[in-house]
Amino acid sequence: MLKLEKRPQPSRLWTWATPVLAVLITMLAGGALFAALGEDPVAAISTIFWQPLFGEFAFYYRPQLLIKGAPLVLIAIGLSLGFRAGIWNIGAEGQYIVGALAGAGVALAFYPAESALIFPLMILAGALGGWAWGMIPAVLKLRFGTNEILVSLMLVYVAEQLLAAMALGLMKNPEGRGFPGSRNLRQYDSAHNAELIAGTGMHWGVVAALIAVIFAYVLLSRHILGYHIRLAGQAPRAARFAGVRPARLVLFCLGTSGALAGLAGLFEVAGPAGQVSIDFNVGYGFTAIIVAFLGRLHPVGILLAGLLMALTYIGGELAQSNMGLPAAAIQLFQGMLLFFLLAVDLLTNYRVRLVTREVA
Amino acid sequence: MLLSSIDPALLLASLIVASTPILLAALGELVVERAGVLNLGVEGMMITGAICGFAMAVNSGSPVVGFVAAAAGGAVLALLFALLTQFALANQVASGLALTLFGLGLSSLIGQGYVGIKPPPTTRLDLPVLSDLPFVGRVLFSHDLMVYFALALVALVWALLKYSRAGLILRAVGENHEAAHALGYKVVRIRVLAILFGGACAGLGGAYLSLVRVPQWTEGMTSGGGWIALALVVFASWKVGRVLLGAWLFGGVSVLQLNLQAAGVAIPVEYLSMSPYLITILVLVIMSSDKSRAPGSLGRIFHASQ
Amino acid sequence: MKLTHLLTSAALALGLASAAVAQDKTKVGFIYVGPIGDGGWTYEHDKGRLAVEAHFGDAVETVYQESVPEGADAERAITQMALQGADLIFTTSFGFMEPTLAVAEKFPNVKFEHATGYKTLPNVSTYSARFYEGRAVQGHIAGKMTKSNIVGYIASYPIPEVIRGINSAYIHAKKVNPDVEFKIIWAYTWFDPAKEADAATALIEQGADVILQHTDSTAPQAAAEKAGNVVTFGQASDMAEYAPFPRVSSIIDNWAPYYIDRTQAVIDGTWESTQTWDGIGPGMVGIGEISDAVPADVKAEALALKAAMADGSYHPFTGPLKKQDGSDWLAEGEVADDGTLLGMDFYVEGLTGEIPN
Repeated sequence: MLKLEKRPQPSRLWTWATPVLAVLITMLAGGALFAALGEDPVAAISTIFWQPLFGEFAFYYRPQLLIKGAPLVLIAIGLSLGFRAGIWNIGAEGQYIVGALAGAGVALAFYPAESALIFPLMILAGALGGWAWGMIPAVLKLRFGTNEILVSLMLVYVAEQLLAAMALGLMKNPEGRGFPGSRNLRQYDSAHNAELIAGTGMHWGVVAALIAVIFAYVLLSRHILGYHIRLAGQAPRAARFAGVRPARLVLFCLGTSGALAGLAGLFEVAGPAGQVSIDFNVGYGFTAIIVAFLGRLHPVGILLAGLLMALTYIGGELAQSNMGLPAAAIQLFQGMLLFFLLAVDLLTNYRVRLVTREVA
Repeated sequence: MLLSSIDPALLLASLIVASTPILLAALGELVVERAGVLNLGVEGMMITGAICGFAMAVNSGSPVVGFVAAAAGGAVLALLFALLTQFALANQVASGLALTLFGLGLSSLIGQGYVGIKPPPTTRLDLPVLSDLPFVGRVLFSHDLMVYFALALVALVWALLKYSRAGLILRAVGENHEAAHALGYKVVRIRVLAILFGGACAGLGGAYLSLVRVPQWTEGMTSGGGWIALALVVFASWKVGRVLLGAWLFGGVSVLQLNLQAAGVAIPVEYLSMSPYLITILVLVIMSSDKSRAPGSLGRIFHASQ
Repeated sequence: MKLTHLLTSAALALGLASAAVAQDKTKVGFIYVGPIGDGGWTYEHDKGRLAVEAHFGDAVETVYQESVPEGADAERAITQMALQGADLIFTTSFGFMEPTLAVAEKFPNVKFEHATGYKTLPNVSTYSARFYEGRAVQGHIAGKMTKSNIVGYIASYPIPEVIRGINSAYIHAKKVNPDVEFKIIWAYTWFDPAKEADAATALIEQGADVILQHTDSTAPQAAAEKAGNVVTFGQASDMAEYAPFPRVSSIIDNWAPYYIDRTQAVIDGTWESTQTWDGIGPGMVGIGEISDAVPADVKAEALALKAAMADGSYHPFTGPLKKQDGSDWLAEGEVADDGTLLGMDFYVEGLTGEIPN
């Protein structure tokens, strides 16, 4: 029978192999799912994974990968720092919204003035907004011991209502004939988060995501704070002896992930989305959690995982419009990916041994 | 005063109905957490139960069959979580989230063919004399059977946890799984059973939404109810009686805000809609200062070799 | 910025040129905001699409994408459809306005029709229905049939379209019943059965025995059925499974005639950018069969009202009318102009309560 034996150290081979294995298994299971739905599994899988990269209109879809992947990577990097330390920020979606509102608010306040300073101010506002929203669960955790998972999550719903209030009230476009939604920031040059190189999809959010990856990598591998984060997650008691102050970590992790999520929101509202509307948020805050785990909480892994997730989104949309595959099937597919990843992750920390019954 | 247009009997009756789904889900999750497992997948299990119950009720014409199917659906989804966390030893927080995402996707997929359909109606209790009593009749005696079932389940779980041997063992496993294992109790088996029970209850709660409260199937119809159920368990300091109070409180706030709007009270709508969530946070903060701790082994991975 | 716009369009045009193939069939695309099975808004648009397919047979091919979120994803979905050779694309929700315009600029040879919007381009038209005409009929029936004199209204968002509906219904209810009172709940959603059921229940608890809704699910009908003596009206689609009671009539969105017209225009090459706002007359707004639960004389009056609006002899917003704050709006016999209606942000006199924001 199979017995699980804990490895003395996580296996390096499996740390890199598990995501790949998980993706392969998901492709197989997904294919089976699509076959059960009556679609050609090979065509479906190739539409999702191959077409956007190498298909007929790939010149359009490849930049879209960057556009879709940037917020996911940005948010996931922030989340991964907390997750490593055992600090669970589940409210990134709310921080994303508040960051977007803060940044858009700055832009609308300056309208119609044009200045090169406006965009940097918006970036600052977005980061601050997200940071502040992330600080609420942090402070409540430190002061009252309240569970940050639940507080950050409840704040997502509060943020959604705030978004509705803003889109219908304070930030409503005065020239919009009474319809909900703010001015279109893409038409306001100083505020527009435009592509740096046309046609590549690379807007400032993509740049920020790359910077975040580098920053996280350096932090985790070279900086003492990164060391503390890793230690706190793996051996909490040893961490305390090593001088790690849990309060510091909570503030840093929740604050940083909040700020990064807020930035992602800002880049999105000033760029691809363009305006503050009631349906502005599409769930990046939650998908980023999958991306973080898929990337094994490692910055480079998260970069790759973010791109992979973006691929499933875009390929999924393509499958929907070309093959009539239901949108729910794609959501299921993404959930399966996380499931299989968690399951095969077992191999990283435990060795599977075939054991014969021992005679007492 | 505008508030006089709100009928207190109807309000209380609505409150009890509104609280039933989260009451059921929270009750199940309480048992799971008392056994030491943190299952964040309540939302996924609830919505899976909602569609399974709806689909079976429509196909069979009987709401009872629907509820049974809902419990089964929730339990099967919970089984996946059990396999991941108890056998594959995965991180419980991530697994719970995966379960939620998976459950949402699965339910949307199954529910494709069921949008806009009317389910078979669930019978309302209509006792000859009692239901006609002026205030008490509407509030206590005119509900559908599931409400009474939920209340009975609350009493049952409370009694079992407090007085039975099985309840004692469950609590022991939750407090200190190493000690329980040393004493010879089958930690994994007990946890798996608890997880299945939690899944079944969440499924029932979801089905109540789709079969009674709305009644209709829509994608994502639980709208965060599963998360509120999780908050409820913490709010209740893992005590059964308080879960009931908490469910009534949250059910009440959601119902009240709509009534206030209809009565013309001038609080802006968005702030009224935010209120259930803000109140949840407030209550969590207050409750965290209460030193009734969580079960000692909550969320920690158990592996016999450690 | 201009340079990057130029470069982007050049890149796309290049790509499009290389991908374009001569099409004999006219391809008509539909972008839906919800699922086609929602039994309401999207369902009716899809019926329009099916009517186009039935009418043109092999000459036309239709494609659709459902549940498209508004925002960046919408732009991608519309672009996708255009890249795949659609000649005419219908975007069926207000929130698709900016994405539609953005894509229209990149694909000047593709025609776009945006529902309930107000911005046009040489290749973008807008279209909407005068739902307030249907509300007038509903208000008349509601005013006559209410016994408690309280009418509940489940409103979605405080936008001109919804406010117009409330005003129109109220004016006509008040005309036949001076004691009538409207209680309004803002649900802040177009489709959320759980919320709608709760809202309907709350209104019923407050004494309403007629429920009007600007949200799209059948949940209020179910709640009304549970309560017993509450009258409701179908919204966006007929909701006939709740007839003859509680649903006594409905407003039906009928997009088929318009869709067929516009497709024909594309085939004939006569398509031009227009702003269409049609009501009962051209057939865009349908009134669902008035059931027998409505007294015969009320039914006759309602049908007469409908006919008068259909042939243009009566306009629901005819003076004398005052605004809620008491100021004069329409003089005796004066008819409201489309501009005021399109931007309506005030209640008429007699409605209590405030419009949020």
